[in-house]
Amino acid sequence: MRIGIIAIQGDVSEHIDAVERALCERDIGGEVLEIRHEGIVPRCDAVILPGGESTTLGRLIEREGIAGEIQNAAKNGIPVLGTCAGLILVATRGDEQVHKTHQHLLGLMDVKVNRNAFGRQRESFEINLDLAFLDSPYTAIFIRAPAIMDAGPEVDVLSTINGRIVAARQNNVLALAFHPELTPDLRLHHYFLDMISVT
Amino acid sequence: MELENLRHGTELIKRGFARMQKGGVIMDVTNPEQARIAEEAGAVAVMALQAVPADIRKAGGVARMADPEIVAQIIDTVTIPVMAKARIGHFVEAEILESLGADMVDESEVLTPADEMYHIDKTGFTVPFVCGARNLGEALRRINEGAAMIRTKGEAGTGDVREAVRHMKKIMGEVRELAGKDKEELIKVARDIEAPIELVLESADLQRLPVVNFAAGGVATPADAALMMRLGADGVFVGSGIFKAENPEMMAKAVVEAVNNYDNPKKLAEISRGIGSGMKGMSADTILPEETLQTRGW
Repeated sequence: MRIGIIAIQGDVSEHIDAVERALCERDIGGEVLEIRHEGIVPRCDAVILPGGESTTLGRLIEREGIAGEIQNAAKNGIPVLGTCAGLILVATRGDEQVHKTHQHLLGLMDVKVNRNAFGRQRESFEINLDLAFLDSPYTAIFIRAPAIMDAGPEVDVLSTINGRIVAARQNNVLALAFHPELTPDLRLHHYFLDMISVT
Repeated sequence: MELENLRHGTELIKRGFARMQKGGVIMDVTNPEQARIAEEAGAVAVMALQAVPADIRKAGGVARMADPEIVAQIIDTVTIPVMAKARIGHFVEAEILESLGADMVDESEVLTPADEMYHIDKTGFTVPFVCGARNLGEALRRINEGAAMIRTKGEAGTGDVREAVRHMKKIMGEVRELAGKDKEELIKVARDIEAPIELVLESADLQRLPVVNFAAGGVATPADAALMMRLGADGVFVGSGIFKAENPEMMAKAVVEAVNNYDNPKKLAEISRGIGSGMKGMSADTILPEETLQTRGW
């Protein structure tokens, strides 16, 4: 099993650690690949878009030729996880803030995103979050986080805060507004790895 | 969800913000127009200040935080995070920047220090801080005061990368030296470098600083940025290097691409071609000892 992590910018090493620990717990062999250039995505069984600055990430995956590869992979049913900035990139539509920067969106999930839905860094927060598929709350870290403002009929809403969608899934694409890679709790990485065998 | 269940300004959130900057380039800007150029080029954040370090050097006088009006305009202009510099020890400038909505405060030696004894107690703030360091002891003292991110001091405004190289190698080397030492020896190291033992133990265990560590101070070209990444920097601050270059737009874009291709000389050659000349700069060894910026702070 090969898990590719888009390693252009952001908290890449944290995702690598989390995936490696999750693979270890499942006792299955697996390889984690860092993706900074084209040619690697097509060899992956799953792809993770980490947290970082969506404007920067969006520009560079385009310049490096990775954007189209991710779109093809997703079309072929390869599971894609987007966290925070990654959630913005998988969306089909963005708010004014997203348009202002000529952001390239991958359009993998039928949602409209609000780039900094909860405000600036001083408004960033931790919360014990309930998720549809977990039996106890998850400590979720929101950093200048986005949120989904509206979602199409194909999208499963997995969690909300004050009416704003912060976790959602559309078939093989999972989007989280927070950072599961910053906490030791691996339940969300396990949920994502489960999607690989299912699809 | 009740809003009172939200926890703000925790260590995880402050350090987490710094982690999101990894692999990125943070650019000094002095007005909204420059901020837009930086964002367009792919900067992960901008640093708002009154004048770039090269001009601060030339102008002399007291260097203070940027005009809040300019900081506010920059915040309104870009969607990426906006950082701003406060003077060492000037906690009121930091509070003002926090209230304006700055996403990170740089307690910076580039500005004239306001306190010759103490740095800001950064633990009480919701906004995260970045601080400069020349060695492991200095870095861990700043982290102990609450810094969520460290950067090398280098020698700002020179366009000469040698001091940033010196500081990065020093910090990396000191962390490597911790490996293989037993607890008693680490306690002695902590005493010698005047750093808290807990942070020395943590650095020994992680084999790196407990927070994100960027390069800064003299980075002027795509090759300089790539060099600092090769030396182990998590990302790069570019001060005067962008807007003192012949063509800021091209230089900004090239530095961003260089950080993503830092280990590919062929790509770096392409990236560095035809982008105009870098800032003129000044050799760091021509600066009189009393005029260096890196000796501010302790």
